[in-house]
Amino acid sequence: MMTENNKPILEVKGLKTHFFTKRGVSKAVDGIDFSLHKGETLGIVGESGCGKSITSLSILRLIPSPPGKIAGGQVLFKGKDLVTMSEDEMRRVRGNEISMIFQEPMTSLNPVLPVGEQIAEALRMHQNMGRKAAWEKSVEMLKLVGIPSPEKRAKQEPFQLSGGMRQRVMIAMALACTPEVLIADEPTTALDVTIQAQILELIKDLQNRLGMGVIMITHDLGVVAETCDTVAVMYAGNIIEHAPTEKIFANPRHPYTQGLLDSLPKIHEDQEELQTIEGSVPSPYNMPAGCRFASRCPHQQPICHEKQPELIEQNDGVKVRCWMYTDQWTAKMVKEEAVK
Amino acid sequence: MQAAADKKVLLEVEHLKQYFPVKTDSLFKPKAYVQAVDDISFKLYEGETLSIVGESGCGKSTTGRAILRLDEPTDGKVYYSGTDILGLNKKDMRKLRGDLQVIFQDPFASLNPRQTVKQILNEAMAIQEVVEKSKRMDRMQELLGYVGLPQEALDRYPHEFSGGQRQRIGIARALAVNPKLIICDEAVSALDVSVQAQVLNLLKKLQKQFGLTFLFISHDLSVVRHISDRVMVMYLGKVVEIADKKDLFDTPLHPYTRALLSSIPVPNPELKRERIILKGDVPSPINPPKGCRFHTRCPFATEKCKTEEPALRELDTNHMVSCHYAENFK
Repeated sequence: MMTENNKPILEVKGLKTHFFTKRGVSKAVDGIDFSLHKGETLGIVGESGCGKSITSLSILRLIPSPPGKIAGGQVLFKGKDLVTMSEDEMRRVRGNEISMIFQEPMTSLNPVLPVGEQIAEALRMHQNMGRKAAWEKSVEMLKLVGIPSPEKRAKQEPFQLSGGMRQRVMIAMALACTPEVLIADEPTTALDVTIQAQILELIKDLQNRLGMGVIMITHDLGVVAETCDTVAVMYAGNIIEHAPTEKIFANPRHPYTQGLLDSLPKIHEDQEELQTIEGSVPSPYNMPAGCRFASRCPHQQPICHEKQPELIEQNDGVKVRCWMYTDQWTAKMVKEEAVK
Repeated sequence: MQAAADKKVLLEVEHLKQYFPVKTDSLFKPKAYVQAVDDISFKLYEGETLSIVGESGCGKSTTGRAILRLDEPTDGKVYYSGTDILGLNKKDMRKLRGDLQVIFQDPFASLNPRQTVKQILNEAMAIQEVVEKSKRMDRMQELLGYVGLPQEALDRYPHEFSGGQRQRIGIARALAVNPKLIICDEAVSALDVSVQAQVLNLLKKLQKQFGLTFLFISHDLSVVRHISDRVMVMYLGKVVEIADKKDLFDTPLHPYTRALLSSIPVPNPELKRERIILKGDVPSPINPPKGCRFHTRCPFATEKCKTEEPALRELDTNHMVSCHYAENFK
C-alpha cells in the first residue's frame, strides 16, 4: 500500500554508523537513504554482516557506544531529527512512537517479570496510565495478538510460554502504545514455519487496523515477497537496490540481487545445481574504493574498481547502485562493441 | 528413482523409541518422559538422500543422534548392512563409526578451536586407522581439494575461516575416514543463501563422486526439495508421511504436510497461494495428545482421530502416510 500523496513518516538520509575498534574503523552502515510512508511495509534484506540490523538499531539510537557511533546523516521522524535529539526526548519516542520487535524474544523479555507486567510498564511510562488501567490494557493487547486465555497468561513469566507465544508478547508490547512505526528485526527467524505464518499474518492484520509503517528486516526473501511493498537490498553497508517488491523479484537489476535470487533453492521447480556467487564480502574495516561488489561481479569493468556508483533512480522508479545502469557504461560498452 | 525392490537397504530403523526422563514435581508422582521419538520405522537405501523434515521438537535430530548412538535409544532396532548396531560393544561401534559420519549445524561448535585443520583431519584418520601415517599428508591435501579449500588452510585454526569454509572443514573431516553414510543435521541452516548454495552443490558433487548415502535433517523445505530423493515428515515424535520427493511436494497426503508446505513463504510475489494457517502450537511431547497426535491442530479432525491412532500405511507406491482420511486428499 503505497500512499504517494502524503509526506513520509520516517526519512533516513545519508546515515552512517561506524564502529571505532582496535582493529580500525568498521563502516557497518555507510551512507544509506530510504523513506517510509504510513501503512507501508519496507523490507530490508541482505546477508549477515551487510548492516541491516545496525540500520534498525541506529534509527532508535540503540547502538552500543563506544565503540559504535552514528558518524553522519539524519533520521527524520515526522520532520524531527532523531540523531541530534536529547536522550530524554529520544526515550519518549522509543517504544512509544517507534517500536521494535527483536529476533529472539527470550533474550529481549525480562525473564523474572510476568509478561503482562512488562507490557503494563511501557504503558505506565509512556501513556501515564494508572496501574489498573495499564494492566487491563495489557491483557487486552495479549488478546489482540491472539494469545488464548490472556488473563491467565499475563500473570505468567516468559519461560512458561512457547516461542511463538513469546513472540506474540513482544508484538503486544511493541504495539501497546500504538506506534506509528514498527521495526521488526527478523521477527520470525527463530520460529517454525507454521508459527511464522501465524505471526506474519498477525503483523499484516494489525498493520491494516492500526495503519502503522513497518520496516521488516530479514534475510528470508520468501518473507519479503509475501509481506513487503518495497524492498531495499543491502550489501556491505550500502543499499544497492531499492524497488517495489514485484519489480525486484520479476526483474532484479543489480548483479548482487540477481545472484542472491539465483542462489535460492526453488520449492516449485527442480534444478541440478544451484547458482552461487563467487568470492566473499569485503571486510568492513577495509572497504574497496570502487563498487563493493565489483570483485565478485560477473560484469565487472575497470570503472567498477575505481569509483563507487551512486544509488540512481531509473525511469520506472527502481533505484540501483551499479555502473551498468549509467550513461558512462552505455557509452563505453558501445565503444567496445565498435572496436570489436 | 528405481523401484524399491532392486535397491540395497543400507540402514533400517525399526520401532525406534527415544524417551528422555524429565524432573517431576514430587518424588511420589510417576516419572514423566519426553517422548522425543516414539516408535518410528524407515529404510534408507544405498546412494540415496533421505530427508527428515519437521518443526522444532518433532524428533528429527533425536532420530539422527539415536542412529549414531550419540544418545542411547530407549527401544528399537537399527540395522546397518544387516547388523544391529544397538547391540554392538564399544569397540565394534567405534570401528563402525568410520562408516557413519555426521555434519552438524554449527561448524564452530563442532570443531576444536585449539586444533589446526591439519590436527583435526589427522585425528579423525588416526582414530579410524584408515590411512597409514606416511600417506596422511597427501590424503589431507586431497581432501582439501575435494571440499574446495586452499592448501594453506591446513595450518590455520577454525576461527580464521568464515562460516561456509568451516562447514567445508566439517565435511572434509567426515570424508577423511571414507564413510558410507553421512548424517547432515541442519548442515546448511546457519549459512547465508549464497554460501548455502555453494555447500549444497558441494554435497551433491561429493555424493556422486563417492557414492555416499545422506540422511539429511532439515527444517528448510526448499533445501530439502533441492537435495533429496525421498522425504520423511515428522510431527511430535511420529512419522506422518514418507514419499518420493516429487510425490510429497506435488501430492502431499497428510494434512500436516499440506499445512507445512503451504506455510513456506515463497520468494515470488506474483504467486498467490491458498494458505492453510494452523491454529495453536505444537503440544508438549511429555504428554502428547491421544489418538492422532496432530488432531489438536488438524482442520479435518473427527472423533475417530481423537481416540484412534492412525497407522503408517502405504497408500501409493512408496508413499506412506499416517492419517485415517488420507484418501480424501488424493
